Amino acid sequence: MSDAAVGFFRERFGLDDRSLEDGLGSALTHPVDHADLFFEYSVEDSVVLEEGLVKSGARHLDQGVGVRVQQGERQGYAHADEIDLASVQVAASTARAISEGDGRGRSVAVAARATAGHDLYPVARPPTEVPVGEKVDLLGEIDGYARSRDPRVRQVMASVQSQHRHVLVAASDGTRVGDVRPLVRLNVQVIAAEGGRRELGSQGLGGRYAFSRLLDPAAWKPLVDEAVRIATLNLAAEPCPAGSLDVVLGPGWPGILLHEAVGHGLEGDFNRKGTSAFSGRLGERVAAPGVTVIDDGTLAERRGSLNVDDEGTPTRRTVLIEDGILVGYLQDRLNARLMGMEPTGNGRRESYAHMPMPRMTNTFMLAGPEDPESILGGVANGLYAVSFGGGQVDITSGKFVFSANEAYRIEDGRIGAPVKGATLIGNGPDALTRISRIGNDLALDPGIGTCGKEGQGVPVGVGMPTLRIDGLTVGGTEG
Amino acid sequence: MSAALSGLEAVAHALAAAERAGAADADALVLENDAVEVRVRGAEIDFAKQARERDLGIRAFVNGGAGLSAAVTSTSDLSPEVIERMAGETVALARATAPDPHAGLPDDGFVADAPELGLIDARDREQTLEARIERARQTEAAARASDPRITNSEGSQASSDFARISFGNSRGLRAEYESAYHGLSCVPVASDASGMQTDYWNTVARRLADLEAPEAVGREAARRALGRLGARRVATAEVPVIFDPVTARGLVGNLVACLSGYAVYRESSFLAGRLGDTIASPRVTVIDDGRRPGGLGSKPFDGEGLPTRRNVVVQDGRLESYLLDSYAARKLGLVSTGNAGRGVGSGPGVAATNLWLEPGEATLDEIVADTPRGLLVTGLFGHGFNPVTGDFSRGAAGTWIEHGERSHAVEEITIAGNFGRMLADVDAVGSDLRWLGRVAAPSLRIARMTLAGE
Repeated sequence: MSDAAVGFFRERFGLDDRSLEDGLGSALTHPVDHADLFFEYSVEDSVVLEEGLVKSGARHLDQGVGVRVQQGERQGYAHADEIDLASVQVAASTARAISEGDGRGRSVAVAARATAGHDLYPVARPPTEVPVGEKVDLLGEIDGYARSRDPRVRQVMASVQSQHRHVLVAASDGTRVGDVRPLVRLNVQVIAAEGGRRELGSQGLGGRYAFSRLLDPAAWKPLVDEAVRIATLNLAAEPCPAGSLDVVLGPGWPGILLHEAVGHGLEGDFNRKGTSAFSGRLGERVAAPGVTVIDDGTLAERRGSLNVDDEGTPTRRTVLIEDGILVGYLQDRLNARLMGMEPTGNGRRESYAHMPMPRMTNTFMLAGPEDPESILGGVANGLYAVSFGGGQVDITSGKFVFSANEAYRIEDGRIGAPVKGATLIGNGPDALTRISRIGNDLALDPGIGTCGKEGQGVPVGVGMPTLRIDGLTVGGTEG
Repeated sequence: MSAALSGLEAVAHALAAAERAGAADADALVLENDAVEVRVRGAEIDFAKQARERDLGIRAFVNGGAGLSAAVTSTSDLSPEVIERMAGETVALARATAPDPHAGLPDDGFVADAPELGLIDARDREQTLEARIERARQTEAAARASDPRITNSEGSQASSDFARISFGNSRGLRAEYESAYHGLSCVPVASDASGMQTDYWNTVARRLADLEAPEAVGREAARRALGRLGARRVATAEVPVIFDPVTARGLVGNLVACLSGYAVYRESSFLAGRLGDTIASPRVTVIDDGRRPGGLGSKPFDGEGLPTRRNVVVQDGRLESYLLDSYAARKLGLVSTGNAGRGVGSGPGVAATNLWLEPGEATLDEIVADTPRGLLVTGLFGHGFNPVTGDFSRGAAGTWIEHGERSHAVEEITIAGNFGRMLADVDAVGSDLRWLGRVAAPSLRIARMTLAGE
């Protein structure tokens, strides 16, 4: 996959090794710690259905190059949307304006570094080359099926997005590596109405695999069933309790808990700066025994996975919390260097128009020993939450939130009435110490997560088993 | 590859190509941006970033019998060959979508004037990188110097974005304008024995001269961060909640989502079918005005080329208007309000221009003094708002009020309610309208919400 990307940029834009070296040379006219060039050529398409019609299709081409220069803690960055040596040189002169110091610069010889060794998403046919007619037909089938599931279904919106991205990184340490990244996503949203009430249900799935997989009814029918189920269930939802409760979280997408409670707080930039609630806490207990949290960019076909990060570092499996002890941070090159640690393959950027920073890939908790039924059975009075919208975190105070959109009371160990979605809030450094039961049913989310940080969105994955947290604040309306 | 086209030249080339490919109608938008951002943290430059971008978006309609079919494409490669190819792809894509009797360009009424809206001061382009760095440095220094408990920061950032927007359609419209957007922000970290806290302050303007002074931004950011120290939870209760201008504008943003014509015709807004009804307390008046001089959301024409204008959205609690583009207007049997939003990569949707809650008479301090017991919210987080039902539940931070006085800082709590009820329960609106973005609000108080804590 790296060779394919390298070849793509060479043939289409004339970016052979010599021009990469000349481009880097422009960035290296003064001594700097690191410089890199990031080339990108991206094609995206989307088709949306509503009111039974695919009313519009869209297609986007985005290409460009970003040039970065690092010296100490400083970074200079410039980008252009023309991929040629002249644009690189102009951008480089802007980027290096930030560096100081005298002395001669240096030249660099690029070569393919030891490749990642993994090819996590070998897709033969780019999803953006699948004819739009197939996508339109798929959404039509979904619409018909959704309306047939329940007479209370009033609105169906479905969308399918495809992306195909070529990237190439050339860096001052001689790195030259590329990647070809497919990404597909199918989403179904349903509004159900009954007795003057209207409620929403949605579900999605996706990943870095062939588009044809979405065409399989065995893939999309359960998706529609879920969206309809959640919307109709919420028609009967009662007001949610408010206050501190014992909460049982279902497996999979509720793993947002980890993304918000600890994931962002363990990103290397915040810890290098000392602004995270987890700063300086390596080796300390930050979660209950039995809690092991991993960030792994090497899972095949996952939305959050990458062969190499956007700085050319191979991705890997990084243990963040082991049996409750904080053992690792997520690092990009800059913060790894400043903290005297190794890059972990977590240097990501939204596009050539953005600077990399430490980001998550797939973040999940390992399974524990317990049967999920018995975890529910052990709660006298609490909340069971199985589906969420999104979340957010203040990494300095440690406070995090995530918003449930499918939840139930637990009464005497049994699942009771559905309750309206509410936001749950906790404190990252101690929320995970109050995990008292961990289930044996680890699941990952279906491929629908996007993480936002400093205005940059990147695709991510989350996951965990069923678990119980004691004393989480539930933001309902019934005090 | 030949040299890239720009501005109206690229627009004209795209429209001609779309016509040759068989489009019945088309419009095209070119967005050209020059942007610079610098961040200073402590005594050091953190980063300096510069960019030049050009993007073209093409929307084409083809005849489908029962109506027009539509498609949209965009490209950041503006060479003539690629523009030609993308125009052809847009038309081909449009042939694959369904005919829609309401689709199409506006019938008429395209913008015919070029008002001076104070969107840019051309001299601001000349400011050097060093001067921008200095502005960020002064902001950061002011925050750090204001109190010994300000021990760290994420940094202070100065940014400027200069844009040229060029637009045209197959009816012969050609229009363009320039605009600028400048920002200065500060994110300090305060710490004491109780732990670390952070908050921020920022200023945005169309001209550098209209930004708040760096020292003022730094000091206000530090004051807000310090105000969070010693924060603790409080007991679950139903209490009055006061929102400062930072958080009140978030509520106005939630309202905007419910007033979009698209949400209304899809019946995915709890305000669908409520035009003319009382939806809020008589203290609530909301205006949207796309031609406000120097406004952060001002522009001469909207995303479909229709002139922008002033819309009274809510008057004394009564819903007077939705926010509409021509498509949503047709779906609802109404008329466009000049609120078509348009990103290069999308067809029009609906967007607010400058949209604000009209200020009242009382100061924030007077509203606090008038509240025997309750919460002053200075930070909201999480996405817990459902426009379909109006259900609202978000994480919050702020200051507890006891006996009409500010008491200790509060954190790790949520506030919840139903938005329809919340709008009706607005029982105080402050005089302190702050333009922190395109959507703005003064402080306001909601008579009761459920606070969840211990």
